[in-house]
Amino acid sequence: MNALARRRRHVECEALEISLAGERVACDPSGVLYLPAEDCLIVSDLHLEKGAAFARRGMFLPPYDTAATLSLLALALDRWRPARVVCLGDSFHDRKGAALMPAGEREALASLMRGRDWIWIAGNHDPEPPVGIGGETHGEISVGALAFRHEPSAGPRRGEVSGHLHPVARLAGRGSRRACFATDGDRMILPSFGVTTGGLNVLDRAFHGLFDMPRALACMIGHAGIYPVRFGALSAG
Amino acid sequence: MTAHPPPFGLFAPDAAPIALPEPFVRWFAQHGWAPRPHQLELLAKAEAGASVLLIAPTGAGKTLAGFLPALVDLSRRRRRKPGERPRGVHTLYVSPLKALATDIARNLERPVAEIGLSVTLETRTGDTSQVRRQRQKLKPPDILLTTPEQLALLIAAKDAADFFSDLRYVVFDELHSLVTSKRGHLLALGLARLRKLRPDLQTIGLSATVSEPAELCRWLVAQRPGASPEADLITVEGGAKPDIAILQSEERVPWQGHTARYALPEIYAAIKAHRTTLLFVNTRSQAELLFQELWRINDDTLPIALHHGSLDVGQRRKVEAAMAKNELRAVVATSTLDLGIDWGDVDLVVHVGAPKGASRLAQRIGRANHRMDEPSKAILVPANRFEVMECRAALDANYLGAQDTPPLRDGALDVLAQHVLGMAVAAPFRSGDLYDEITSAAPYAGLPRETFDRIVEFVATGGYALKVYERYAKIRLTEDGTWRLTHPRFAQAYRMNAGTIIEAPMLEIRMIRRRTASAIVRGGRALGKIEEAFLETLSPGDTFLFAGEVLRFEGIHETSCLVTKAASEEPKVPYYGGSKFPLTTYLAKEVRAMLADPARWSVLPDQVRDWLSIQKLKSVIPGPDDLLVETFPNGKLSHMVLYPFEGRLAHQTLGMLLTRRLERARAMPLGFVATDYAISIWGRRDLGEMIAKGSLSLDALFDEDMLGDDLESWMADSWLLKRTFRQCAVISGLIEKRHPGQEKTGRQVTVSTDLVYDVLRAHEPDHILMQATWADAATGLLDVSRVSDLLARIKHHIVHRDLDQISPLAVPVMLEIGRESVVGEARDADLREASREAMIALAMGEPGN
Repeated sequence: MNALARRRRHVECEALEISLAGERVACDPSGVLYLPAEDCLIVSDLHLEKGAAFARRGMFLPPYDTAATLSLLALALDRWRPARVVCLGDSFHDRKGAALMPAGEREALASLMRGRDWIWIAGNHDPEPPVGIGGETHGEISVGALAFRHEPSAGPRRGEVSGHLHPVARLAGRGSRRACFATDGDRMILPSFGVTTGGLNVLDRAFHGLFDMPRALACMIGHAGIYPVRFGALSAG
Repeated sequence: MTAHPPPFGLFAPDAAPIALPEPFVRWFAQHGWAPRPHQLELLAKAEAGASVLLIAPTGAGKTLAGFLPALVDLSRRRRRKPGERPRGVHTLYVSPLKALATDIARNLERPVAEIGLSVTLETRTGDTSQVRRQRQKLKPPDILLTTPEQLALLIAAKDAADFFSDLRYVVFDELHSLVTSKRGHLLALGLARLRKLRPDLQTIGLSATVSEPAELCRWLVAQRPGASPEADLITVEGGAKPDIAILQSEERVPWQGHTARYALPEIYAAIKAHRTTLLFVNTRSQAELLFQELWRINDDTLPIALHHGSLDVGQRRKVEAAMAKNELRAVVATSTLDLGIDWGDVDLVVHVGAPKGASRLAQRIGRANHRMDEPSKAILVPANRFEVMECRAALDANYLGAQDTPPLRDGALDVLAQHVLGMAVAAPFRSGDLYDEITSAAPYAGLPRETFDRIVEFVATGGYALKVYERYAKIRLTEDGTWRLTHPRFAQAYRMNAGTIIEAPMLEIRMIRRRTASAIVRGGRALGKIEEAFLETLSPGDTFLFAGEVLRFEGIHETSCLVTKAASEEPKVPYYGGSKFPLTTYLAKEVRAMLADPARWSVLPDQVRDWLSIQKLKSVIPGPDDLLVETFPNGKLSHMVLYPFEGRLAHQTLGMLLTRRLERARAMPLGFVATDYAISIWGRRDLGEMIAKGSLSLDALFDEDMLGDDLESWMADSWLLKRTFRQCAVISGLIEKRHPGQEKTGRQVTVSTDLVYDVLRAHEPDHILMQATWADAATGLLDVSRVSDLLARIKHHIVHRDLDQISPLAVPVMLEIGRESVVGEARDADLREASREAMIALAMGEPGN
């Protein structure tokens, strides 16, 4: 099945509820995190206008990625109807993305933002506030017991929720790579949400030292749900 | 020491009249040689202004024939006066291999010097230094030896018109192998541009025997609307018939598998009985295995070496050098040696596994002997029982001189896109002019104008229905009616990415000392390169064979695969060891004919004959045009085995389509496995009974319409198509492998083409690049055209037998079950299983506690 069609069907799947630094959170199969206590939805690495960013460099990737990503986000927002949304950075693929976004996509995004608090966390791809889009921009914010930022800080940090690394996992032996929420119960790294974003295996060096390994879990997004798997049962690649 | 044979296959003088300039005549006479008739014939035709295709076996002096017109013409040229403008290249030589270009240059230097010609010759390949390239531009050599990729770069240069202003001849070596790939398409487009620069240009093609020489003759000259002119053809008949035998083993020939391990002692004995043996296998993994097994029994420690394309270049060069000096007794090799490089005194070729094609066999056997008048000697070693029949068919074909080289495909659209950008890099163009030029190249002669225009749009802005990239256009239609490059950086990017050889992402293998817990390992000896896809199936600690050693996989560090020496001698992880070439249609037909005719079984070994006889008794021997379908129970499952003999790729496609249809017919299929010869599908319901009761109709199951609806909807999302798309995306320039200012390996490409494919398929399924992908897939990985021919052939020829148990003919394919993964959509079952423990922990509280 087409990966997009598969992601659209995730609306029908249950989320995985776990405890993160003592807060109850739901890992949604669409790739977003929901905080019931704060009625807050967190999404990471949207990479909007990635096609256009490549086109600016002479690689004409299909100009449909933004619309596809936003329509998936719309499904997730419709499901949880959160009062507040936090985008964990790299929301736009480059600095020009927001300013040069075509009217159709701009309107689609505006309709998602309407009637809710919208927070942009600055990422390495989009360090400045998005031009002409609205919402607040922060480097890092705290909500309840959790702290949101783009890049995971080095070493253990209880309650930190970040993105940036696009975690994916693969079962040892056979199986394909799946996007995942990586967590050890203290901190969490969200999967990337944008439709043309790739992934980095959680066993890669970039993840070293971030988690308490015996407790580390990859909550892998399957076809029909979310499956928590211990890092020990995963393979690299 | 014995005297060396003369170069280029020149032999004792005969009485042929020589129309050669005096220095050439003297040179031949000094050595006691005479030019061969076909060499003089080619010269005469070229002097008369014709383009020529020379088809000749190895050792017939093809190379000298190809260069003779150029050398003769250059010998008559008056000296350049001081102050006169430097001359451009006179003759361009294009070869499929860098190594071959280098080899030929070396071989040409001697006659040029001895004849006393004042002719400069140089090579230009990917290895040529920047300094030398610059000198070649400012002071072009008379003869330039190069590869298709370099030609693409030369014609995209601003000074191309000057550089080629004196070009008279283009010589294409190994043309039969060049034209079948996308490189051939790029080369044909390059030739079209050369002809535009030099309308009087003459071409000379050198080729091994092919099934359709006329195709090559058209390829060499400009095509015109409504006319398909051809180059002149000179054919040299083969010399002595090769002496080929099928290994008559005392051991039992296995039912399945590709290793031919059973025959090792006999292969070793053959090596001992000859001076130098070349052992050909079809894949790298087979080469590794055979090499390791030979050394295990190499009690006389004979110098036996290994040569395949993934080995480190240094290691390969060492083997080649040792080979040329006759220091080796045997080399185990894959197709890297298929093409015409000189290889010392090989006196035996052993082909392990079936050659999969009659022409391929002939070309490989040609390696054995570069002297046309002595017979080559070869032994075929079938790895299993079906291969016995296949080897027999290939051997018969060889004696008949039958050829089964693949038919030429229409020019690929991704290659065209790359070329269009290259032509914009060279100079602004009018699309009408460029269209006329491109359709003069044989592979593109039938290209519709509308498709061409869509390609130009694709190059300009991506060619999307949603036109949002106009402001980022790479080329733009200007007021004077020409398309122009919008920024010089696109020229730079083009030069970094030109070419059509797309390799699967490869990682370098480095041998390290045992990995310590924390240290990041640096250095280590490089062993060669390995496909990333293979490594992805490994876990740390797994062992596998590479470069003749059993290696322990430790992990991946950036773009290196780290390994240590394994303690055990047995690799744990086997990987697909079959042939990467599908069985040719010709051989498939021959195998079917042989199977259908018991009178022909007499040439087969006893055990194979017995096997077929029992099949006849227990089931049925299908007629040459029949499709035999057998159903039988096996444990709790019901199996359906069919025998189309159309090669693994076509079978895989057919297997997927049939499984889907069986699902719809509620036959509950669970999986299938495909070999070169047969397909086995299994399921929960009794398929034989369903057929008997009429709830499953074989005619409907194999109806030709399955290629329409089923194929479209199902294959569109298969990994096969995504892999094809990746190639098209890179070749067409949609995705750049290398970007100015940053070097990227395959692994580091920042865009996942699979995801791009999904987005494009969902939003613009008829985009020009999707069309290119489908066209590729039809002849490539999916082999759809063959499935379609098969379905037409078997209509009303389906023979069904419902059996109580497995039939003899079914044994080989049944043994493959479980050895190969079944292609199908991955389900969540494994994930659910793996997550059980953590799920329970989560249900009990904090993760991991």
